[in-house]
Amino acid sequence: MNFDDTPQEAAFRCEARAWIAANAPKEYEDELKRASLGRIQLKGGNILEVAKAWQKKKAEAGWAVPHWPKDYGGRGASPIERVIWQQEEGVFGKLGALFIIGHGMCGPTMMAYAAEDQKRHYLPPLASGENIWCQLFSEPAGGSDVAGLRTRAEKDGDDWIINGQKIWTSGAHYSDFGILITRTDPNVPKHKGLTMFFLDMKSAGVEVKPIKQANGQSEFNEVYFTDVRIPDAQRLGAVGDGWNVSLTTLMNERMAIGANMATGVPELFEFASSLMLEDGPAIDDRAVRSKLASWAVRASGLKYTSFRAISALSKGERPGPENSIGKLVAGTMLQDVATYALDLQGAAGVLSGPDDAEAAGKFQAMLLRSPATRVEGGTDEILRNIIAERVLGLPGDIRVDKDVPFNQIPTRGR
Amino acid sequence: MNFDFSDDQKQLRDEARRFLSEKCPPKAVRAVIDGKATYDRELWKGLADMGFLGVAIPEAFGGSGAGHLELCVIAEEMGRALAPVPFSSTVYLAAEALMLAGTEAQKQKWLPAIAAGTAVGTLALFEGTGNPSPASIKLTATNGVLNGVKKPVPDGAVADFAIVAARNGSTGRETDISLFLVDLTCDGVETRALANIDPSRGQAEITFTNVKAESLGPASEGWSILTRVLDRAAVLIGFEQVGGADRALEMGRDYALDRIAFGRQIGSFQAVKHMLADMYVSATLARSNCYYGAWALSTNASELPEAAASARISATQAFQHCAKNNIQVHGGMGFTWEFDCHLYYRRANALAVGLGSLSYWEDALIDRMRQRNAA
Ligand SMILES: Cc1cc2nc3c(=O)[nH]c(=O)nc-3n(C[C@H](O)[C@H](O)[C@H](O)COP(=O)(O)OP(=O)(O)OC[C@H]3O[C@@H](n4cnc5c(N)ncnc54)[C@H](O)[C@@H]3O)c2cc1C
Repeated sequence: MNFDDTPQEAAFRCEARAWIAANAPKEYEDELKRASLGRIQLKGGNILEVAKAWQKKKAEAGWAVPHWPKDYGGRGASPIERVIWQQEEGVFGKLGALFIIGHGMCGPTMMAYAAEDQKRHYLPPLASGENIWCQLFSEPAGGSDVAGLRTRAEKDGDDWIINGQKIWTSGAHYSDFGILITRTDPNVPKHKGLTMFFLDMKSAGVEVKPIKQANGQSEFNEVYFTDVRIPDAQRLGAVGDGWNVSLTTLMNERMAIGANMATGVPELFEFASSLMLEDGPAIDDRAVRSKLASWAVRASGLKYTSFRAISALSKGERPGPENSIGKLVAGTMLQDVATYALDLQGAAGVLSGPDDAEAAGKFQAMLLRSPATRVEGGTDEILRNIIAERVLGLPGDIRVDKDVPFNQIPTRGR
Repeated sequence: MNFDFSDDQKQLRDEARRFLSEKCPPKAVRAVIDGKATYDRELWKGLADMGFLGVAIPEAFGGSGAGHLELCVIAEEMGRALAPVPFSSTVYLAAEALMLAGTEAQKQKWLPAIAAGTAVGTLALFEGTGNPSPASIKLTATNGVLNGVKKPVPDGAVADFAIVAARNGSTGRETDISLFLVDLTCDGVETRALANIDPSRGQAEITFTNVKAESLGPASEGWSILTRVLDRAAVLIGFEQVGGADRALEMGRDYALDRIAFGRQIGSFQAVKHMLADMYVSATLARSNCYYGAWALSTNASELPEAAASARISATQAFQHCAKNNIQVHGGMGFTWEFDCHLYYRRANALAVGLGSLSYWEDALIDRMRQRNAA
């Protein structure tokens, strides 16, 4: 049990800190500090450009995705060095939000299943932010039940022809590539007939339509495929093995999004310290302290749980289903914290404009974004199922569709 | 950074778990709960022989000097097994206070006896309803003579000596509080066992009438020593709570796999699965906070006060959460005397208030976080 840096870790930290001090886009530091989940706006610059520029700069000095192998655009850093880098990058890490899906999910899937020359070709520009990737999994008929997807892939010579629709695809509107799961055999039970590919989002027949979200923004999209051709060489894993390939992606997803989740707790702490109630600062109030303390220990518990996962990882263990805990806890907490922050603001809690609302509207933005955190990347219920079944060993849900050929499964309630 | 116990420490855990599953089955806990003994003396002796009572006591004072991480490992197993022995009062409170503030002679007298299992110690702090605070201490010390009543005192009826918090000034500041070491067999001490929600560990009232006592640590530093003792005990009891929470979760899981209703294992119903998943979540968060506390305790880091409060709060919540839902998973069976669920429920709720309740630690945590943020 040791929290201190080893000499090598200390040297790594020192190097990272010095490089960040010399190179980070400091002109955006204050804005990034104030930005909350659900709203990063930079008055002085276009977020996409600023984020890409920072990522490119990191890549040139070898700091992009530090834990990836050197050949694929990383620097072969250890899992612990990766954490040190994140700690040192601090608020500038928020600029990486656009790349999370590529770096956290698509990249690792490519690493596990693409051919060596493909990895060397596609991964470095993915690491450097030059190319943005998206994850084309969810469909109108297959969200939690991903294996219920209907997008078809049919073999045609050396190519596959894709027809169908994806939905909720984050960043598809600015993505260069995507990983795509399709149905290649509807005559077998649903998990057995799936196949994974990667594709160029500019391929003919791909159409992206942004969706306006509940919080007013547009981060995700519908994606339509009409006779899109994908060379067989861009298949990831065997034909019919797409389900297993997707599990690799989802496991990495949980690690990537679970490890560094925003909880809203530092923001609430700061707000309660500055907010004056009738009898003094909110943080002196018994009830406020009690709530804050409960959330604070959940947040610290999450942080040290991820440290435990990293310790296991650095001993060569694979990220397991227990990592589902991160998003499950953080999602609910974010929503509860935001609701409470508005409550503390009383009637003015209703205001959301940056100039009129408390804390520049940070908690209002958090409130309106937080429902998505509890759904994206697996709903609370699915994550609880995973913990119950795969960690605690409880029986799986009763599945009426398990052994039924896909094309005989009912498609709609009543 | 390495955020896990070492292989040696894990081996110690396995050894402790094996020992306790043999020497401390639920039957042994029940013997004490049912009032057949005040505590399990044979188990106590066995713990001494295994070297568990003295793991964190230096060799010079009769311990093995292994360290506090090792003590955390043992504490978790004590919590799992609900060991009905005066472990926390003796090892976490009395021994820690002695190690922090005792003179050479005081340490020589008591620490080897603790390690050998021949002396039970406790901390006499509380005086009725309320949380630890200098103002709550009314028992007086005048020229080293104590007068007053302490209650509840953990294991007070079976303890050989107590560290007693007393008032020897009237400035209204923390510096009015001093600590004393009292041999409980001496004249003027009267103990009375008190009924409590978890009879597997005793509680008592101790009355001091003109008791001559030796001081422990400098006169004006009693409160600051106490705070440090409580912080250290918070981490250690945190591990007991995590051990208890984990065991309660396991019991619930096993029952959910075993019990059939509507033609299915009840563990296949989502409402039950999700309840168990949430128990896992709270036990895991608590464990992680306790690991951080263990590191801070074992290295005497400046982070200890904040780490201790976090460990304490989350372990308290986790054990309570797991213990109550374990009963729920068991249905009617869970509410029978015969099933062990209530033993965990009792211990969870006794530990939850025994070291100052949640509100005390929540307050402490917020104060400590503020200090850090201000720094
Ligand atoms: C902001 C955002 C970004 C996203 N980005 C992407 C992306 O980039 N790529 C991508 O592929 N997808 C993305 N998604 C989709 C996301 O993965 C799905 O929305 C999610 O998995 C849930 O699926 P669904 O929306 O179809 O809900 P449904 O599956 O229809 O669920 C509806 C309700 O039923 C419950 N439910 C369903 N099945 C079960 C069950 N077995 N047991 C208990 N309850 C159940 C759910 O928990 C939920 O409460 C994104 C979603 C959001 C909100």
